[in-house]
Amino acid sequence: MTTVFGIPVAVILGQLMLGLVNGSFYALLSLGLAVIFGLMGVVNFAHGAFYTLGAFAALLGLQLYGVNYWVALVLAPLAVGVLGIVVERLLLRRLYGLDPLYGLLLTFGLALVAEGSLHQVFGATGQSYPVPPSLAGGMNLGFMFLPLYRAWVIVASVVVCFGTWFVIERTRLGATLRAATENAPLLQAFGVNVPLLVAVTYGGGVALAALAGVLAAPVVLVNSQMGSSLVIVVFAVVVIGGMGSILGSIVSGLALGIIEGFTKVIYPEASNVVVFLIMALVLVLRPAGLFGKD
Amino acid sequence: MRATAILYALAVLFALCVPLLGIYPVFMMQLLCFAMFACAYNLLLGFGRMLSFGHAAFFGAAAYATGWLVSAHAWGPGLAVLAGVATAGALGLVIGSLAIRRQGIYFAMITLALAQLVYFVCLEAPFTGGENGLQGVPRGRLFGLLSLRSDLVMYYLVLAVFVAVFVFIRRVVHSPFGQVLKAIRDNESRAVSLGYEINRYKLLAFVLSASLAGLAGSLKALVFGFVTLTDVQQSTSGEAVLMTLLGGTGTFFGPVAGAAIVVTLQEYLSDLVGGWVTAIIGAVFVVCVLAFRRGIIGELAARLPLRLARPAAAQPP
Repeated sequence: MTTVFGIPVAVILGQLMLGLVNGSFYALLSLGLAVIFGLMGVVNFAHGAFYTLGAFAALLGLQLYGVNYWVALVLAPLAVGVLGIVVERLLLRRLYGLDPLYGLLLTFGLALVAEGSLHQVFGATGQSYPVPPSLAGGMNLGFMFLPLYRAWVIVASVVVCFGTWFVIERTRLGATLRAATENAPLLQAFGVNVPLLVAVTYGGGVALAALAGVLAAPVVLVNSQMGSSLVIVVFAVVVIGGMGSILGSIVSGLALGIIEGFTKVIYPEASNVVVFLIMALVLVLRPAGLFGKD
Repeated sequence: MRATAILYALAVLFALCVPLLGIYPVFMMQLLCFAMFACAYNLLLGFGRMLSFGHAAFFGAAAYATGWLVSAHAWGPGLAVLAGVATAGALGLVIGSLAIRRQGIYFAMITLALAQLVYFVCLEAPFTGGENGLQGVPRGRLFGLLSLRSDLVMYYLVLAVFVAVFVFIRRVVHSPFGQVLKAIRDNESRAVSLGYEINRYKLLAFVLSASLAGLAGSLKALVFGFVTLTDVQQSTSGEAVLMTLLGGTGTFFGPVAGAAIVVTLQEYLSDLVGGWVTAIIGAVFVVCVLAFRRGIIGELAARLPLRLARPAAAQPP
């Protein structure tokens, strides 16, 4: 078997694959965070909780109503997105104009409510969500074994990420959104319903998190804590990339996933902390973040 | 100021009489440790307007340092607590100097991420006992003289340390350093234009706050005789934020009141509602942010003619 520095190539590629899967989740989550932050100036601490809710929505849909994976992939983000709009309309909007730290604290409280309730109702042990039959198994590429589901997660995330980028940067709706980010009162004066736009953006951002949750359900154990540790890594990704650019958050999410995967091969003990170490390094060398503007 | 003085005298009198009132001293010690933690946190959030989401790192690292030195190296409690404070202070210097490179929400995210780094180190380091934590940490004899085995002796020691920390924080806030810190909080660019090296002030506030949080953690390790991963976990950082916010950021007594409420809730609520405690604490957070951002003491100070806090200090951050 071919080896690089004494490590079999198949192992390296396998970890690279796992890293890319994690990176896809980082990218989807940091993208949502960046869009929400750009428009509302709110750091959505509940982002991890919405990701968890997406996974639970898929799981419960399957267990209670027999909703299959592909339907859940559409319905769960939709349901969570609507919940997000309700949260924005009822709670978050009361904090506009105040110090942005209050938005962070409010969403932190919401995350505790959601995760605490899920923990109490479903217990601490995770439940597994079956891989959809059409994506079960894998392909032997000769040099490595490619699990189909993981490949699907990567492709789907990349397509969704770049789709979001396209909508924001290249369509009329995206132009309106960017205009609201620049100067909301002026846009409102032109007759655009800015509060509606804000609510829908928040819903869209958390729907992306829920989508990541459904994609993750078959590869992780679905439990109430799955989002809370992930969101901390995503925050580090956001500090590294800077929240100024959509493309920046996608690229840094994927890249950090890959770096994490490589670390698992070279020095497994550090794989949990490598993203935080890179964040510290970036803060020393380029405090505004790699793609940051401020 | 007279009303404040009377209230403080009553609070100290109550604290001194606690063992006579039949309140369990270990519960009161827990309350005092968390009150100290919240006061340390408030120094940063209330007077420096820096929202750290990683204070559990200092609380927990100091607890681990003290617990390890006492149980594995038979250090006396006094020296071990000092070593814990030094550990937290050094960690505060590293994390603080990275975090003050960004402001506001980024500051919060950076402290959160770096605290998670400390959490993983505590999980995997050889001397922390991993998932089990450190068990059976002895209280020992203070400076070789005073045995701390009795809960009553330990209680009065913790109370004395708490009062010292409380007075110290008041002194710091009213010092020229504290005035500059508040000036930075209220108008950073103006402070810069007046020629203050704001980053040095921020860093010193961060290190002070981290060291005092460490003191609380070290004492907690001795009080309970164990240190677990909960002490360095994100949820503990969240508790510090909640206690401070609930009681009133930027007031002196607010964090104490907040800690008393949260610790009492956790103690008695868990019997009533079981595992719903986390969700309820989250709901308290939401209500707090939406309805009374000045916190209980802050609202009282604003509505009653009492001068529990200086009017300027009762502003929400």
